[in-house]
Order: sequence, then C-alpha cells, then structure tokens
Amino acid sequence: MNAGMRKKRRASVDVSLCVACGCCVKVCPVDAIEIRGGIAAAVRTDKCVGCGRCAAECPASVITIQEAVA
Amino acid sequence: MKRQKQKKWYDYLWILSLAYLILGFFNILFAWLGLLCFFIPLIISVWKGTKGYCNRYCGRGQLFGLLGGRFGLSRRKDIPSFMKTRLFRYGFLVFFFAMFFFMLWNTYLVFAGVQNVNQAVTLLWTFRLPWHWAYHGTLFHPGVAQFAFGFYSVMLTSTVLGFATMILFKPRSWCVYCPMGTMTQLICTAKNSKGAAPGSRTS
Repeated sequence: MNAGMRKKRRASVDVSLCVACGCCVKVCPVDAIEIRGGIAAAVRTDKCVGCGRCAAECPASVITIQEAVA
Repeated sequence: MKRQKQKKWYDYLWILSLAYLILGFFNILFAWLGLLCFFIPLIISVWKGTKGYCNRYCGRGQLFGLLGGRFGLSRRKDIPSFMKTRLFRYGFLVFFFAMFFFMLWNTYLVFAGVQNVNQAVTLLWTFRLPWHWAYHGTLFHPGVAQFAFGFYSVMLTSTVLGFATMILFKPRSWCVYCPMGTMTQLICTAKNSKGAAPGSRTS
C-alpha cells in the first residue's frame, strides 16, 4: 500500500443548493461542519473524517462524500 | 470522537410545537402564540445575520426529525430535485405569503364588521374543517378569534405538508421549502454576502 497516495474521504457541500437548515451540524460527531452566515454549510476539511452522517441527514441531499488524496 | 452530543435545553422545543397544535384543538386563541415562530426567526436573521432559529430553536424541525428519525416514519429518500431549486422555494414563499395576506384580509373583514367569525380551520387552503368546539367566545373583538382560526390554518397546513414530505423523503424535508427558512436565508444573504456571494464558494 502506498502511504503517500492514501485517499481521504471528506464531506463536500453544494453551497448553491444548501438551505442552511443546520441538520448536518447536529449530527456531525467531530464538529467539522458549520453554517456560515446563515447562507450555507461549510466543512472544515481538517476535522472532517468522512463518516457520511451529514450526507445521510441532509434533507436537500446536497452533501456528498468525496475522496481526495491526503 | 464523541459518541453522542450533549442535549441542550433548546433540543426539547419540539414539545412546545406539539403543545401548540394540541392547545389549538381546545382553544383557538392559543393560535396567536404561533406568531413567535414568525417573529423570532426574522429578528435573529435581521439582528444577528444567522439562521440560528432553524439551526437550533425550530421545534417543528425537531418534531419532524424525531418522528422521521427516531420513530422511523420516514422513507429517507432524496427529495425530488425540483423541490430544492430557487424557483420552487421562492415560488412557495410567494404563494404562502399570498395566502397569508388573504387570511389577513378575512380577519380585517371581521374587524370591520362585514363578516362574522368563520369557525373553521382551512386545511391546505381548500378543505374546511369544522373547529367550532375550540371557540368559546372571546373577551376581545371577534376579529381576534378570526385571526386565530386563520393562523392555526396556516400552521396546521404547513405541519401536514411537512409531515407528508417527512414520510415520503427525509425527516426534515420541510426545511428545504419552509417559507420562513427561505426568507431568513434571503435576509442572511443580503446581510452577509458582501464579502462572499453564495454559490461562489465550495467547501
């Protein structure tokens, strides 16, 4: 396994469709997502562990879990 | 990693939302309390520029979250994409407010003495449900009761719509097209978007 190419899963928000309801904030186990300025959710990528709870909870289904090279 | 978040006092506001619906069944004048659900979100968004009401204090959202989540009454499917478009959300906001002003007009007619109190709750802006048992006369003008009947109709209609979309889609699907949520998000965008326009940022 190549440690340098390890992929990390992180949540990603489609901010153009986010309704800023805050459901994701309530379920995040590591406080890695917040509502900024009442406009949209924003993920703190350094904290996010990519568990997908926010994506499952989001009533508008605008959060996806994406893989990125760590 | 924390297993479960500590519950705060505001995580129990769903009890007030449920109590509101029940109290209106016995005395329609309690419907006036629903104005809190209109003014508090607006005040928070105008004053603080956040959707703090939706994010923390909305008892209705919590109620749907509880029934659809813990009680498993939701299919947990994705909401149709057209329902999250701006056209649908703003369209629903305009329609909701048009119906709200129509209700205010009916209230005015009772205050003006043109009409008698209509002791009915109108569900989904169409179906008239008899509700006379919740009206025991009032110390105030009959128009006060008319507003209560009208406002309770608004609240019951939105609860029924939210309940239907809770079952069909995700528990808090109502939040996607809730007129108050749409309106407070618009206010927050107007207040906060000078530095960062919505849609211009990905996270």
